[in-house]
Amino acid sequence: MRKNLNVIAAYSIMMGLIILVGIFQSWNIALSIFNLCLISAVMTLGANIQWGYAGLINFGIMGYTALGGLAAVLISVDPVQDAWRAGGFDILTSLLIIIVMIMTIKFVLKRYEKSKIRTYSIAAIIVAGIVIIRITAEPGIEAIEAIDPAKTGFLGGLGLPIVFSWIVGALFAGGLAFVVGKVALGLRADYLAIATLLISEIVIAIIKHEDWLTRGVKNVIGLKRPAPYEVDLQTTDWFINLVEKFNSGKLALISDLADRQATLNQLVIEGSSIFVKLCYSGLFLVVVIILLILTQKALYSPWGRMMRAIRDNEEAANAMGKNVVKQHLLIFVLGSAIVGIAGAMLVTQDGLFTPGSYRPMRYTFLIWVMVIVGGSGNNFGAILGGFAVWFLWIEAAPIALFLINLTTSGLADTHFLKIHLVESVPYFRFLMMGIGLLLIMRYRPKGILPEKIEIK
Amino acid sequence: MDFLNAIILLLNYIFVPALAYGSQLALGAIFVTLIYGILRFANFATGDMMSFGTMFTILFTWYFQSLGISLGVLPTALLAIPFAIIFMISYMLLVDKFVFKYYRTNKSPPVQLAMVSIGVMFVTQAVVRIIIGPSDRRFFDGEKFIIKAGEFKEITGLNEGLAIKSTQVITVIVTMVLVSTLFWFLNKTKTGKSMRAYSDNEDLALLSGIDPKKIVMITWIIAGILATIGGALYGLDKSFKPFTYFNNMLPIFAAAIVGGIGNPFGAFLGGYVIAFSEILLTYAYRKFFMYVLPESMEPDSLVQLLSTDYKFAVSFSILVIVLLYRPSGIFKGKVL
Repeated sequence: MRKNLNVIAAYSIMMGLIILVGIFQSWNIALSIFNLCLISAVMTLGANIQWGYAGLINFGIMGYTALGGLAAVLISVDPVQDAWRAGGFDILTSLLIIIVMIMTIKFVLKRYEKSKIRTYSIAAIIVAGIVIIRITAEPGIEAIEAIDPAKTGFLGGLGLPIVFSWIVGALFAGGLAFVVGKVALGLRADYLAIATLLISEIVIAIIKHEDWLTRGVKNVIGLKRPAPYEVDLQTTDWFINLVEKFNSGKLALISDLADRQATLNQLVIEGSSIFVKLCYSGLFLVVVIILLILTQKALYSPWGRMMRAIRDNEEAANAMGKNVVKQHLLIFVLGSAIVGIAGAMLVTQDGLFTPGSYRPMRYTFLIWVMVIVGGSGNNFGAILGGFAVWFLWIEAAPIALFLINLTTSGLADTHFLKIHLVESVPYFRFLMMGIGLLLIMRYRPKGILPEKIEIK
Repeated sequence: MDFLNAIILLLNYIFVPALAYGSQLALGAIFVTLIYGILRFANFATGDMMSFGTMFTILFTWYFQSLGISLGVLPTALLAIPFAIIFMISYMLLVDKFVFKYYRTNKSPPVQLAMVSIGVMFVTQAVVRIIIGPSDRRFFDGEKFIIKAGEFKEITGLNEGLAIKSTQVITVIVTMVLVSTLFWFLNKTKTGKSMRAYSDNEDLALLSGIDPKKIVMITWIIAGILATIGGALYGLDKSFKPFTYFNNMLPIFAAAIVGGIGNPFGAFLGGYVIAFSEILLTYAYRKFFMYVLPESMEPDSLVQLLSTDYKFAVSFSILVIVLLYRPSGIFKGKVL
C-alpha cells in the first residue's frame, strides 16, 4: 500500500480535477474529457509497450490510429449493394493481382540467389503489377465513386456492430505494423523514428485519397453506436422516471406544474447525453482495465524481463540466445495493435470518420508527450500521462484565457495586444505541451511515475 | 516544331518548378544534415524553425512596406531577410543555451535529444501561431514574372508557353550563392575544417585543441541562416502557412537521408532528387505524348504514373527504399 502511495495520490488528483471540471463547467464536458482520456490511455499503453518495454521509437502512431478508425467504418457501415455490383468485380480482380504479385515476388526471392538481375526483375514485377492494377481497377473505382457520390460513393462495410471493429482495428494495425516492422526495424533509432513518421503519412495519404474504400475527405458520418441514441432515451419512460428520481429534491421545489414539466424536460435532455457518455465510459473503462491487467502481467513475466534485458543491452541479450529481431517485431506489432484499438474506439465515440483530421501533432507527438510525461516503462505512469496531458490539452484554452486576462488587466479591452492574444488562445496549448515536455525531460526525465522494477 | 513544344512543356511544368522547389528543400536538408553531423541528433523542430525565421522576414517586410522602403522590381523580403536572420540566430542560440546544451554536456543518447527537439517544436509552433496566426500569408511584392507564358509564345511562335516567375529565379540564384559560400567555408577555412573534423571524430578533434563551444555556436549560426533563407524563399515562391512548414519537414528529412545524412553535398543533391521525383512521377504526360507521338498513337488516358494526391508519398517511398537498400544514403553520409 505504502509503496503505491504516489500512484494513488496522482490518480486521485487527476480524478479530482475532472470532478472539478464537472462541478464548475458541466458534467457533459467532464465526461467527454474523461472518455478521451481513456482513449488516450489506450494509445499510451500501446506506445509504452514499444518505447517503455523495448525502447523502440514508433512515430507512426497516427497511421495506426487511422487504420483503427478505418476498421470501424469497414465493419459497421452497411454494404452499398449498387457499388458492389458496379465495381466490386474490378476491385476483387485487382486484389487478386496484388496477391499474385506478392506471391511471385516471394517465389523469386526464395528461388534465386541475391543478384542484380533479381533486384531488377523484382522492380519490374512491381512496376508491371502497378500498371496492370491501375488498368483493371480504374473503371471499377470510377463506377463505385459515381454511385450517389453525395451519400455513398464507396463500397461500404460489413454492417456488423461497431464494437467488433475494435478487434478488427487491432488486426489491421497489427498487420501494417508487421509489414513496417519487417522493413524498418533494422534501422537505427532515429532513422526508425523518421521512417515510421513518413510511413504513417503515406497511410493517411492513401486513406484520404482512395475514395472508393474510405470516402476520403468526404468523411463517413452517422456510424452505428454501441450506446443508445439521445433522442430515443428522451422518449423512454424508464429513463424519464430515472431522471425524475435523481432530481426529485430539485423538482419538488418548483410548485407550478408547467414549469416543473419544462424543467424536467430540460433535465432529461441533459441527462440523456450524460447517460450516453457514461455508457461509452463504461465500455472504454473495460477495455483500459483489460489492457492494463494484460500489460502488467506481461511486464512482470519472464517475457517482460527479457524485453527489458533487450532494451537495456541488446548485445548481451543476443549473446544469451534471445532472438532480438523476432522480439522487436513482436512487440512492435503488439503495441501498434493496441493503438489500432484506440483508433477504432475514437471513431466509435465520435460516430464519424474524418481522414482529414489525422495530423501528426495530435495523433503522434501528443501521444509521445503523454508517454514521456507520465513515465515510460510504467503502465500506470503511461495512463496517468494520457489523462494529465489530455486534460491540459483541453483545459489549456480556459487557463490561457484566464492568465491573459490577469496579465493584461491593465490594458483596455480594445487594446490591439489584448485582442490579438485572446484570438490566439487556442495555440497556447502547444506552448504548454512544449514547455511541459521540456521541463519534465530536464528535471524528471523518467516521468511523473517513474518505472520501478520489483522482482516478485 | 512539335518536339520543341514538347520540350518547352516539360521545362515549364516540370523542370522550372522542380528546380525552385528542390533548391528550397536543399537548404532545409543542409540545415538538418549540419545539425545531425555536428550536434548528432535528428532535429524534429526543423520545419517550425524555418517558419519561425520566415515569420520574422514577414514582420520586417511589413515594417519596411509601412515605411515605404522597397527594392523596386525585387521583393522587399530580400531586404528583410538579413534582419530576420539576426533574430533567428539569437533565438537558436537561446534555445541551445537553455535546452540542448544540458543534454550535450551530459552526453545524452541522440534519441533523448530528438525527444527534446519535439518539445522545442511544440514551443516554436505555438510562438509562431501566437505571433502571426495560423492563416495563409503572402508577402511577395515587386515584379511577379520574368517571362510570362503569353509573351514567350509571341516571341518564339510556339504553341507552348514558358513562364518563369521571378521568385523561382531568385530562389535558384540565392541557393547557389549560399551553398557555394557554405562549401567554400567548410572546405577552405580553418573554422570550417575544424567543424568537419569535429563531425568526423569528436574525441580526436577535441584532442587537437578544437573548441567545441565555438563549433556548436557556428553550427547554430549557419543553421539559422539556412533556415531563415530557405523558409523565406519557400514563402515567397508559394505562401507562408505554419502548418505547411511543419509538413515540409518530411520531404526535407527525406532529402537529407537520401543524400546521406551528415553529408551537406548529399543533402544539397537530395533536395533536387526528392523534388524532381515528386514532380516527375505525378505529372500527367498526355500532352507531351501528343506532341511527340504520331497522331494515331496518341494516348487516351492522362498517362500519369501517380495522382498528384500522392506527391508526398513519392518522396517517402524513395526514402524508405533508400533506407532499406543503402541506409547511408546515395552519397555515403556521416562525414561533413
